[in-house]
Amino acid sequence: MKDFILKHIAAIILPFICIYGFYVILHGHISPGGSFAGGIIVGLSFIAFITIYGSRKGHAQMPDKVLVFMESYGTLWYGIMGMIGIFKGVPFLANKLAGVNLGAPWALSSGGLISLIGIGVGIRVTSTIITLFFTMMEDES
Amino acid sequence: MNLKIKKLFALAVILMSVYMIIMVVAELPPYGEPNNPVHNNVSERYINDALHDTGVPNMVTAIVFDYRAYDTMFEAIVLFAATLAVVITLKRWKKAGDNK
Amino acid sequence: MNFIAADYGTMVLLLILVAASLAMYFIKDLLHAVVVFGAYSLTMALLWLQMNTPDLAITEAASGICMTVLMMIVILRTSRKGE
Repeated sequence: MKDFILKHIAAIILPFICIYGFYVILHGHISPGGSFAGGIIVGLSFIAFITIYGSRKGHAQMPDKVLVFMESYGTLWYGIMGMIGIFKGVPFLANKLAGVNLGAPWALSSGGLISLIGIGVGIRVTSTIITLFFTMMEDES
Repeated sequence: MNLKIKKLFALAVILMSVYMIIMVVAELPPYGEPNNPVHNNVSERYINDALHDTGVPNMVTAIVFDYRAYDTMFEAIVLFAATLAVVITLKRWKKAGDNK
Repeated sequence: MNFIAADYGTMVLLLILVAASLAMYFIKDLLHAVVVFGAYSLTMALLWLQMNTPDLAITEAASGICMTVLMMIVILRTSRKGE
């Protein structure tokens, strides 16, 4: 796409969309939203970048290696967080039982494992959306 | 003629099913009433104990990532499998000697 | 039955929902149907907001309006190229 206005407006707006997505992921446990919705918003900012600037520049920003890393380790992160309970001698994925410090209720670092798991899920939802889009855009360019 | 009868029959079936659905929906309890059957001891327990059990004010996140953490983990794995299937079926693998 | 003002807003949204889903069936051009699907998702997001569930409203706005519509447009473009 060779639209001057579209490119320059996108350059202004897209960083704010991306940061809003990170906000929704990080505040998933104290405000409405959640890591699934936040991951979709971060992925959408990249999708808009890809559709406006072309598939080649998008690949330069997000190489396949990074996507594969995010995809697989985001899924594995959930299991690693769950193993903390097993090492402490309580069931898998236990949060309060495992003795994790829950913190003050409205703080950003509250919730123990919940916020950590949320970050991992947000990363993998982002990579899922970008991977799907790259796979479908492959025929063009 | 035959097609007309078929279409009339289909219309009759559709109208009957619409009537059935409307009757069932009319029987549902009103939206947002505190005495509805869904507000039993399960939701009461979540509403009362979620903050104490998990330390998270957002109750949806508390249920998704703590009470029902197994479900969410396998949901993430299902998402992973779906992405894998899409990439395997749709991606054009570049073979050696392929000039495309 | 006694309605309050918020109920009329919900009814208007539900009528738009029905009209959008019928329009999606009758519109011949697929691209236009996809755009109408975006309008359907926007109405649905407003309905979730009306029912005091901002979680679902954010998810619907992100996935329904943006992601599904964008993916359908890309699929339409790639499938038309192959014809």
